[in-house]
Amino acid sequence: MTDFRLVVVSAGVSEPSSTRLLADRATQRVSALALQRGHAVTVTTVDLRELLPELPTAMSNQLLGPKFTRAVDALVGADALVVATPVYKAGASGLFTSFFQVLDNDLLIGKPVILAATAGTARHALVVDEELRALFAYLRTLPVPTSLFAATEDWTDKALGARIDRAAKELVLLMESGFARAVKDESWGAYQHSYGSAGGTELGIELDSDLMRLATGGSLRDSDEDPFDPRRQV
Amino acid sequence: MQFGIMSVSDITRDPVSGVTPSEAERIDAIVKIAVHAEEVGLDVFAIGEHHNPPFVSSSPTTLLAHIGALTERLVLTTSTTLVTTNDPVRLAEEYAMLQHLVKGRMDLMLGRGNTAPVYPWFGQDIRQGLPLALENYNLLHRLWREDVVDWEGQFRTPLQGFTSTPRPLDDVPPFVWHGSIRTPEIAEQAAYYGNGYFANNIFWPKEHYQRLIRFYRQRFEHYGHGTQKQAIVGLGGQAFLAKNSQDAHDRFRPYFNEAPVYGHGPTMEDFEEMTPLSVGSPQEVIDKTLTFRDAFGDYQRQLFLVDHAGLPLKTVLEQLDLLGEHVVPVLRAELAARRDPEAAEAPTHAALVTAKYGDAEPRQPRPNANRGDNVTGGSPYQDSETAVAAYPSL
Repeated sequence: MTDFRLVVVSAGVSEPSSTRLLADRATQRVSALALQRGHAVTVTTVDLRELLPELPTAMSNQLLGPKFTRAVDALVGADALVVATPVYKAGASGLFTSFFQVLDNDLLIGKPVILAATAGTARHALVVDEELRALFAYLRTLPVPTSLFAATEDWTDKALGARIDRAAKELVLLMESGFARAVKDESWGAYQHSYGSAGGTELGIELDSDLMRLATGGSLRDSDEDPFDPRRQV
Repeated sequence: MQFGIMSVSDITRDPVSGVTPSEAERIDAIVKIAVHAEEVGLDVFAIGEHHNPPFVSSSPTTLLAHIGALTERLVLTTSTTLVTTNDPVRLAEEYAMLQHLVKGRMDLMLGRGNTAPVYPWFGQDIRQGLPLALENYNLLHRLWREDVVDWEGQFRTPLQGFTSTPRPLDDVPPFVWHGSIRTPEIAEQAAYYGNGYFANNIFWPKEHYQRLIRFYRQRFEHYGHGTQKQAIVGLGGQAFLAKNSQDAHDRFRPYFNEAPVYGHGPTMEDFEEMTPLSVGSPQEVIDKTLTFRDAFGDYQRQLFLVDHAGLPLKTVLEQLDLLGEHVVPVLRAELAARRDPEAAEAPTHAALVTAKYGDAEPRQPRPNANRGDNVTGGSPYQDSETAVAAYPSL
């Protein structure tokens, strides 16, 4: 059976944090379910609070400090993610969105994700589906169908546990499908990349392109139409 | 190995005195800094090109020609010349003229420019920045090597029978560096033409351009210009010096904290750790600079950024004194001792003349009398008479 690497990203800032607690409950269910199905799961947790000192430089200069770099490296190798944020002022925490805004667009392509949020009131319940889902769609991840949201009253409600089970099951099934790896192997080139993107792993150089031909004295104009094209054999 | 300084020509408020220099003061200061660079024994002065305040250097060749008249040894270059928003025909003309005026003591570094609003001011579009840079250089390359150019591309109006004047000094084009830290196409173009490759070495994690420099070296060899070790690499860097480390940190910190590009962000210590910035005693700057060779191999040119972020002229001149007296001589000796004998020398006009002509006299083009156009013949120059087709006889 396959071993999976799960990365948990939590933007909870209090200690203990209910956001982190929700992420951990989902993570435990994922690990347990995967184990039942014969997979070992290695969990790496990224507590975004610890990255706070490095955030300004990352946002203004794209210069990643050592903790940021470790987080990106973990995400590069992740088979799936559990991401969790508190809701502030009717939106995901700024720390949470900033972190994902700094990452390369092609870092998480095809990876399954459990989206989770906590709030002080149930009136924020749609933040996960209306805000997080859009962000993770942009990153071309594969969010599981069941979103996790916990307001104060949910912590004592068995229904939250049921939703966690459901989301965890969905995540395990998606991991088992090997979708992200297949995308990486079979259609990675169909996505937009730039030199050094995908967390510094995208370092291949394609020589067979119009721009590379232009770099080597060629022309962008169709050689049949361009009487001055030096490549033309007259 | 050449050592020098590069300026971006920013006019920044001095955060310690509160004074913002006038454009007139800053231009005078840049000239003094360049002249002093020669006085303290540096080899190269590079000026940037910008077309928006708070920068002042919009016309690099005018500035460099003036500095050339005030100096004797200093190699004058750019950091960078915008190959996107400038017409390559004007670049060919202006830099050839500069080359004549400073008797070959110049070269230039090409870059794209990353300020989107500047492009439309010159009728261009930043989204086409890369193809524009590549195509423009292809044309520039030919304009300096062919007396008469017929050309048609995607971006510029076509040329028929065009001669860029003056022809390069000794009919040897200025040496060209291509500056880039994340664009494989630029590295490929530099390699294809056997030109130099320059990494500004200021921000980006070095692993990215380390890979690009390796790629450039491999492709340089692939295109038959020499071995990988003979490829021509230049690096930037920034330094602030004082006799001891603590003074350097204390004096530079207010400027670092307010610097236009990275100010109000990371701490100076973090930035020193994460980037090539070195703040410290001469020995510390020497040690850090020596790591560049370990990372990128033997290289031909080291340029330091020293006159930015509102540092007053007096401080910049002192920085040059320290660089010239305590840092560069040691770096010269240390790097010479470590240097692979196969590594290329830094490019100079004299070396390029020798490479082209050996012991023979360089070509000195003399134009034929004006015939109203240069479309109908081969070359408008006397020494190419045989190639002139003249008018058809009936």
